[in-house]
Amino acid sequence: MYEHDVVVVGAGGAGLRAAIAAQEEGADVAIVSKLHPVRSHTGAAEGGINAALRDADSWEDHAYDTMKGSDYLGDAPAVEALCKESPEEVIQLEHWGMPFSREEDGRVSQRPFGGLSFPRTTYAGAETGHQMLHTMYEQVVKRGITVYDEWHVMDLVVTDEDDPTDRSCHGVVAYDIQRGEVDGFRASGGVILATGGMGQVFDHTTNAVANTGDGVAMAYRAGVPMEDMEFIQFHPTTLPSTGVLISEGVRGEGGILYNEKGERFMFEHGYANNDGELASRDVVSRAELTEVNEGRGIEDEYVHLDMRHLGEERILDRLENILHLAEDFEGADGLTEPMPVKPGQHYAMGGIETNEHGETAIDGLYAAGECACVSVHGGNRLGGNALPELIVFGKRAGNHAAGKEMGEPEIPTGKTGDWESAEYEFEVDVGTVGDRGPAAADGGAVAADAEGLLEAEIERARERVEDLLARKGRNHAEIRSAVQETMTANVNVFREEEGLKQSLEDLREAREAYTEVAVSDPSRTFNTDLIHTMETRNILDIAEALAMGALARREFRGAHWRKERQERDDENWLKHTLISWNDGEPELWYKPAILEGEAKTYEPKVRSY
Amino acid sequence: MSTQIPKQTEKTEETAAETETEAPSKGDERRAEKRRRADERRRQREVEEAEKAAADENTVELRVFRYDPDIEGKQEPRFDTFHVPFTKGMTVLDALMYARDTYDSSLTFRHSCRQAVCGSDAMFVNGGQKLACKTQIDELEEPIRVEPLPHAEVTKDLVVDMEHFYDQMEAVEPYFQTNEYPDGELEEQRQSRENREKVKMSTRCIWCSACMSSCNIAAGDNEYLGPAAINKAYRFAMDEREGEDVKQKRLEIIEQEHGVWRCQTQFSCTEVCPKDIPLTEHIQELKREAVKNNLKFW
Repeated sequence: MYEHDVVVVGAGGAGLRAAIAAQEEGADVAIVSKLHPVRSHTGAAEGGINAALRDADSWEDHAYDTMKGSDYLGDAPAVEALCKESPEEVIQLEHWGMPFSREEDGRVSQRPFGGLSFPRTTYAGAETGHQMLHTMYEQVVKRGITVYDEWHVMDLVVTDEDDPTDRSCHGVVAYDIQRGEVDGFRASGGVILATGGMGQVFDHTTNAVANTGDGVAMAYRAGVPMEDMEFIQFHPTTLPSTGVLISEGVRGEGGILYNEKGERFMFEHGYANNDGELASRDVVSRAELTEVNEGRGIEDEYVHLDMRHLGEERILDRLENILHLAEDFEGADGLTEPMPVKPGQHYAMGGIETNEHGETAIDGLYAAGECACVSVHGGNRLGGNALPELIVFGKRAGNHAAGKEMGEPEIPTGKTGDWESAEYEFEVDVGTVGDRGPAAADGGAVAADAEGLLEAEIERARERVEDLLARKGRNHAEIRSAVQETMTANVNVFREEEGLKQSLEDLREAREAYTEVAVSDPSRTFNTDLIHTMETRNILDIAEALAMGALARREFRGAHWRKERQERDDENWLKHTLISWNDGEPELWYKPAILEGEAKTYEPKVRSY
Repeated sequence: MSTQIPKQTEKTEETAAETETEAPSKGDERRAEKRRRADERRRQREVEEAEKAAADENTVELRVFRYDPDIEGKQEPRFDTFHVPFTKGMTVLDALMYARDTYDSSLTFRHSCRQAVCGSDAMFVNGGQKLACKTQIDELEEPIRVEPLPHAEVTKDLVVDMEHFYDQMEAVEPYFQTNEYPDGELEEQRQSRENREKVKMSTRCIWCSACMSSCNIAAGDNEYLGPAAINKAYRFAMDEREGEDVKQKRLEIIEQEHGVWRCQTQFSCTEVCPKDIPLTEHIQELKREAVKNNLKFW
């Protein structure tokens, strides 16, 4: 068993920033990650980091843009923390040597991005995430922070009280991928989940193969509610064959979208008469799919993104990486022809419910970054707001877990404050299937002290691994693709009642199939069959919560569009969706969005671009 | 050993038999039946597709290196052959994933982002170091030979031990250092566009270790820093924000016995770099800097 003050799970932007912050507060920190840190998917972020750095800009404007972009489902205390602290965090990165793109006077460059009232997106070419990830990993190396890489965290070590808000977290159990052994990591100060996205729930995604939402699923099974899971961002410009992302920076620099008839449809068909291509991402994605659905798509599938008119010099200076991606993954030359693009799953606005210090409803358990829902993005995230979230809230979680006094949080977690139960009957069974064998592995263990609890959880995890290796049954890959297919068919950009119900039925079948899952590779060395099989369980839990939230929310807000009610319904739905696992019986409930900020209240307005 | 289609057929029968034995309630029964039929259809389709693929000219033949120290029968390295149906734009990684998910789930390789930025999937493809995710199948001669990176210890199948590579990367103090920051609150250090341009290519490294694997010198001298680590040193030594004192220290690091002077400018690292970093040029430039620096003290 390993022991540290703070254990960070995941080594992308949020995890690295959290580790650095915890260490600066004097904690002994370790990072546990299924990938080596530089392999993390933060490295694929392209566009940039929003920060109100300049005199003509202000954090208040950034906060206003973010609340509007969220379709008034962001929580003001979190949004304001993000916008106030992003500038100092960006400057911190620069002081750590991050190679930002520069202006003539040597200062860091900023460019326009969708939904922003000021060009406040700082960037490093079209590879901002890569530079940010490597810069922070350099700091981790410098500080000698312990990294356990290629360790797959299987579950959290959490006490078993009835009320989740009475539970406490004491560490994690993990599987050493190289050596094939299960071991425990005890954390006396706190565990910080920073496991990133969950794009593998869908089959056309910009996310990495490793983005299976492990942290969200683990926290959910331990009793932490998942928040706003139905809000999934579909990025308007991904390459049709692979889902590889083409940065919003292309449109930020002046790139134009055309349909098959050569019409600049964002204006000509009235989707966004003011901002055109630079409307918010959800608006552009719906516009593209509407074009395709109405017969104006190219090959009935995609539209064109044209940047030729920007000229070779500007493209090479600011968007060079895009040329390589389009060439390598779609065979298109962005200098001489338009690039084919279509919407693809990109980002989960929802995730593990936290307050603005990164704390969850369970004592000693934190979350930050894409796996968390604090919530700064609400119904829709603005481009350039993901990277600042990683560093602002990664730092906050790291500081708090290391014992820094940060005052009373304004955002409640768990069933405290003004929560209400959902009056929704799901016609399909959800949650646990049959008895919970070791393969299911949910719920917590009971023991007199933290050490005993860890020992018990290590033993359970070992049994689970042994069982998966010993049994005969189905391969996880077919179950995973069944989930991805139904989610992409039924819980996509356009959602309707029947499709959503269908997805829940399909997911039920997939859950049943999973009770027969088995790992056919018996090896103890680098057994990726085993890892993928455990990840598939996480995908199932997340997909179900996502479909449940989407079915219950009968309104159109941000990225969540419902055929049955194609308008925002502030009277009934200005509230966050929460889903609790309740030891295998998912429960849906709601809590109000917090629109009262420090200086003002963000009154919901019509959202047009 | 050829493709594993027969095994696939066996599996179908097994699963069908198992499902029939358990059926507790009517709803469950109906769903189980529906599921079984769907599964059968899917398996049928897969088997047909695989058979068709094997017969069809439009399949790709991959010969993949296999080794597992843990499994009897795989302890002796061997090559397995997989026939994968070709689709337009298919990469080596796509083909490997298809082979794994369809024929043999124990086929093991690292991969994550699928877009040449995580650096996980450098392999030896038809005798050259390549990133599997950005190597198009239709640009390769068949059968395509896929092996783990040479000059590294094989962990299993296409996975190699990266520890030595990471140790070398971390041996060059790979983090920004400076003695002075701007006074003002929220003020960045200034950097000219020219200087940023100068270090730009060097900052693109994704730590895939293709360069290290291709380097003859690194193969013969285990302590040689290698192209990627020297490039990392270059990235900081050439960054004007660090200042002269720090540069002095950096030049001492790269001038050590197993540093830049080991490079014999064979350009193999530059040729294989999937991010087009002019590694050899960077090493040469550091040699020149070191010479200039030494002359200064004469």
